[in-house]
Amino acid sequence: MAGITLTDIRLILNGTAILDGLSLAIPPGGITALVGPNGAGKSATLRVIDGLLVPTSGGLRVPGGARRAFVFQKPALIRGSAAANVALGLAPLKRPRAERVERTHAALARVGLAHRAGDPATRFSGGEQQRLALARAWAARPDLLLLDEPTANLDPGATELVEALIAEMAAEGTKVVLVSHNLAQVARLAADVIVLARGRAVEHGPTRPTLMSPRTPEARAYFDGELPWSSLAAAS
Amino acid sequence: MTETLHETFARLTTLDRDVVAIAWLSLRVSLSAVAIGLLLGIPLGAFLAVARFRGRPAIVGLLNAFMGLPPVIVGLVLYLVLSRSGPFGPLGLLFTPGAMVAAQAILATPLVAALTRQVIADADDHLGEQLRSLGLSAPRRAMVLIYDTRFSLVTAALAAFGRAISEIGAVLVVGGNIDGHTRTMTTAISLETQKGDLSLALALGIVLIALVITVNAVAAVLRGHAARAYG
Ligand SMILES: Nc1ncnc2c1ncn2[C@@H]1O[C@H](COP(=O)(O)OP(=O)(O)OP(=O)(O)O)[C@@H](O)[C@H]1O
Ligand SMILES: [Mg+2]
Repeated sequence: MAGITLTDIRLILNGTAILDGLSLAIPPGGITALVGPNGAGKSATLRVIDGLLVPTSGGLRVPGGARRAFVFQKPALIRGSAAANVALGLAPLKRPRAERVERTHAALARVGLAHRAGDPATRFSGGEQQRLALARAWAARPDLLLLDEPTANLDPGATELVEALIAEMAAEGTKVVLVSHNLAQVARLAADVIVLARGRAVEHGPTRPTLMSPRTPEARAYFDGELPWSSLAAAS
Repeated sequence: MTETLHETFARLTTLDRDVVAIAWLSLRVSLSAVAIGLLLGIPLGAFLAVARFRGRPAIVGLLNAFMGLPPVIVGLVLYLVLSRSGPFGPLGLLFTPGAMVAAQAILATPLVAALTRQVIADADDHLGEQLRSLGLSAPRRAMVLIYDTRFSLVTAALAAFGRAISEIGAVLVVGGNIDGHTRTMTTAISLETQKGDLSLALALGIVLIALVITVNAVAAVLRGHAARAYG
């Protein structure tokens, strides 16, 4: 998949500029992390990339025909079984029923929820719901995977499982854009990191140098607040 | 008074054939009307919840107003349409149970549609973005949302049933309250009260209330079971 480019994107909602001159060049392949303080516009950026929000102005280039999947910050599940929720993501692919069933079960197994296939998804715990949402995304074999804090509610074991899954998808050719406040996780997974502040990208570079010695005061303030240096060291 | 109550009791315990026939007709007519109301009202409500087009707010407003459509007016308009000289006169529906079903369906449809629209709009706030992101087409999204809200939609069905079975104006005008043919519980209660057969009126009234309670109870139990199983 070719890269994604956003050029001077402005997104105004209800009179407020959510994205304000955002320019990004997300490289093709691998995992790109998107970090920044609460309200910086990370979720809004993913929505723009996915076409859910149309920018007020600016240029957006997402490779045509790329299959996208979006795992939202708050998982949105329908009142039905876990399997029904995963199958929902396969409906537009127009594959034979047997294949959809097969893929659904493989996806549930991949996130450790195979034994819960028939259970009502809306009664899952927060972490189970997040894993289910990821299974739904995985099942569709996307070219571009947008992840909005996919491990925010997960216990350490589940976090490890999900991180392995993300890394594996990226290795198989899926471009991943990962929003995370967990900078140790960013260091483990991402090749490059973009720092967002107040609706614009203030920094974009290879993960480790950017995390270790940010050039802008905004990025520095965010890293200082979010991460004691010791935990980054522990992650390496 | 005590005599009336005594007779009422007798009619109920012996399941008076008149009472049973009238109750059965009422139930058939109203359930058919609700079925039609659901078939038309749910897709219409879902469409109005998901689609964005000019004039939608006006249609939604009209629909909400139609929830309170006076039954006797519906009866009158349908009477004109079905009468011998009316556009649907040749169907010969006037003064048949079919006309009564049509009248109550007209009352039920906007009620179901308006309640469905509200329920689906709320679900769409929560799920719409996810469904669009999954690449589902608008009709498909509407279907998923109907599925998601299926337990809440039972309430719309019950409201429609309550409205249909308890109205008198529409069935009276288009049905004609013909003994053994188009007499329903509400028209019979009204007539028998005027004639002075209070025991029959009261027996029918008790059956009517019992029916409404039973239908609601059955729905509540089914809904509870399903909701426990499927979240
Ligand atoms: N539909 C909307 N209308 C108005 N303002 C909005 C809307 N959606 C988001 N915002 C605002 O846009 C800003 C950016 O929101 P966004 O969700 O992108 O932040 P974020 O970087 O993902 O933050 P977090 O780390 O808390 O998830 C916030 O201040 C939010 O209040
Ligand atoms: Mg966010």
